[in-house]
Amino acid sequence: MTAPQAIAGLQQEREGAFIAAVLNGERERFHDLIRPYERQVYLTALSLVKNETEAEDVAQEAILRAYRKLASFRGDAKFSTWLIAITLNEARTRLREAKRATFDSLDDHDAEDGDYTPAALTDWREVPSEALERQEIRALMRQAIANLPPRFREVVILRDMQELSVNETSEALGISISLVKVRLHRARLLLQKRLAPQLKAELKSTKRDGMLRGLPWF
Amino acid sequence: MVLNCRHVWDRISDYIEGTLDPEVRADVERHLAHCEICSAVLDSTRNVIILMADDRVFELPVDFSKQLHARLDLVLAEEAPEPA
Repeated sequence: MTAPQAIAGLQQEREGAFIAAVLNGERERFHDLIRPYERQVYLTALSLVKNETEAEDVAQEAILRAYRKLASFRGDAKFSTWLIAITLNEARTRLREAKRATFDSLDDHDAEDGDYTPAALTDWREVPSEALERQEIRALMRQAIANLPPRFREVVILRDMQELSVNETSEALGISISLVKVRLHRARLLLQKRLAPQLKAELKSTKRDGMLRGLPWF
Repeated sequence: MVLNCRHVWDRISDYIEGTLDPEVRADVERHLAHCEICSAVLDSTRNVIILMADDRVFELPVDFSKQLHARLDLVLAEEAPEPA
């Protein structure tokens, strides 16, 4: 067994114990069960509802629902995958109620096999991750993600942001592995196309501030 | 097989994931070795993926955790989980 597998096994054991405790009446243990997944639940909600206040609300509702339905968790999937599926459901219900589905289908026109030309910037090779210290860069990233068509956004948030495997992403979204791959590819290229020129321009404009001075690739 | 740029772009995501067949992977690498545009596209796509995985892009709202656990406390005090 590899080290990550061993860690995952331990984590699953620990979760199993928490779940059994909660179902046995130690309800307080639910706090411990949920704590490692707060961020994941919030990001999942945000992958569908866009707005941060609403995402916070959806995340809370999803976690309450997970508590109420805990006895129906079978343990054949990972707890995190189950929780993400509940969150996606909660977010979709919310979207339907708000009748926003109509708008979503409008910006969903991007065909999965559509033609695509990436941004070819031969001098944008590396972005130092220190760039993310800057609020403007983080805002550009958030904006680009928010502007993706929903079905691309949900895949890229689960896979690239939360770093779920392709299989887990497929399981959580209830779509095939090949569809996950196609959407992921499209999403990444759309982000590249939009972000590469913007990030390059944004980083260049700060060169004079001295922050990036001395880095050979700028 | 000799690949053109579009062929390479279509495979960039799988290339980054490391899921291409060894033969196709070798074809992509041969193209990348002499095509500056495609290698720039590859680098910038990879950069975007690296930045996406950074927790600083989306931070949890202030007090998110505090409010969540406060709300949970109210529910835990009143309700047991539903029977299976």
